[in-house]
Amino acid sequence: MILERMAAAGEVVKLVGSWGSPFVVRVGIALHLKGVGYELLQEEFGKKSEILLKSNPVYKKMPVLIHNGKPICESMIIVEYVDEVWASAGPSILPADPYERAIARFWAAYIDDKLPSAVPILIGALEGSKEQAIEQIFTTVQLLEDAFTKCCKGKSFFGGETIGYIDIAFGSWLGGLKAVEKMVGIKFIDGEKLPLLVGWAERFCSNDAVVNIMPQVDMLIEFSKVFQKKN
Amino acid sequence: MEQAPSGLKLFGSWASSYTHRVQLALKLKGLDFEYMEEDLNNKSPSLLLYNPVYKKVPVLLHLDRPIVESVIILQYIDETWTDRPIMPADPYERAVARFWCYFADDKLGPAVGAVFGLAGEDQKAAVAQVHENLKLIETELREGAFKGRRFFGGDKIGILDIVLGCGSYWLAVFDEVMEVKLVDPEAFPLFHAWLRDFEEQEEVKEIIPAIDRLLEYARGIRQMMLSLKDTPTAAAPAATTTTTTTTNDNSNVAVESGSGV
Repeated sequence: MILERMAAAGEVVKLVGSWGSPFVVRVGIALHLKGVGYELLQEEFGKKSEILLKSNPVYKKMPVLIHNGKPICESMIIVEYVDEVWASAGPSILPADPYERAIARFWAAYIDDKLPSAVPILIGALEGSKEQAIEQIFTTVQLLEDAFTKCCKGKSFFGGETIGYIDIAFGSWLGGLKAVEKMVGIKFIDGEKLPLLVGWAERFCSNDAVVNIMPQVDMLIEFSKVFQKKN
Repeated sequence: MEQAPSGLKLFGSWASSYTHRVQLALKLKGLDFEYMEEDLNNKSPSLLLYNPVYKKVPVLLHLDRPIVESVIILQYIDETWTDRPIMPADPYERAVARFWCYFADDKLGPAVGAVFGLAGEDQKAAVAQVHENLKLIETELREGAFKGRRFFGGDKIGILDIVLGCGSYWLAVFDEVMEVKLVDPEAFPLFHAWLRDFEEQEEVKEIIPAIDRLLEYARGIRQMMLSLKDTPTAAAPAATTTTTTTTNDNSNVAVESGSGV
């Protein structure tokens, strides 16, 4: 995959990762929110590229943002970086108030504590108890439903009027969650239990900064077959 | 109960590195605060109220609003009281600092904890893992992001010094209690020199508990853990009654993953 958008003069922005990874999607959304052009360096499944190994020697994982030759690793750290570097371009991703920032960082950390250890189990990419994974996902989304009221202050997103840090942290998982819902036949973002999140998810997924980046559910389901073959 | 003028109250545990991180940051910023020692075997209703998701220390209460997770608390403190910053100013430097803070709690901490919980060949493998992690940090000090610096934060202690430093004192304690060599000054000269320098700082000396207290504490837990590995004997009941103490206190040793205890 080549250029997503024309980069601003003098800026070279590359994103090492894969279209299906929620972690990579997070960075893509942040860059789109700020109108930053970048090149996606698509990783080949099952292989780690030279550039990935060189730019993330500690974890050897995607995403890595390479900005004018300098690598930044860990998706939510990258999102903060993008927010700070391109502060004047587009809305703030993190809130201005220190307490709200702490809340945003907390929920992002919580999401990363709960979803990556549960969702992949349900597509067969990770060993573990399916029942436990399902329960963990239910608990997570319920807490986020409760958190939404406090964070959104009557507006559309966790970040208020515009997409913010928690929106990106959680919303990046929506494609994967929808795919898993189809695969296991369970509704996680259920309209009855989570009325606020249902509306939020629709607004998030249809947002300009998200719509072309969120992986399509059918493509994810197709992709996940590679894990089922092993079982 | 009188509230400190800054409106700060910290719920913590005396042996918790994560708690020490917050205490150190508050001290560096010259902020007074009220301290509540938590008995982790009998968590206070306040702790459960303020940290319902994780139920762990530290919890910082500021003007009656709780902030949890030590690295998040450190950034909150830095952003609210902007004198004597602990985060770098430059966005790239900030990303680098955040990354290594994440690494400390994601990789190094659990690796050290694993050393503590194991014996024999398993422990040797865990020690090797710690060395792998220290090597990465040593490389950054020698030729990477932190080349030529006295502290990770530069001339002064910064967030990464606080995160790595509060916890690294356990390395020497474990070396003594278990006769392993975690921080070999020959293998990790820069890390070793940094740690000694860090531990000599006045503010740090005031925060870190006395070494004999830490040694006694670690020895006690290690005894329990090893006796739990033995086949049940007449001595087992004594071990079991203190099991809950062990598991909770052990999580105090801030070498577990996660930012709280």
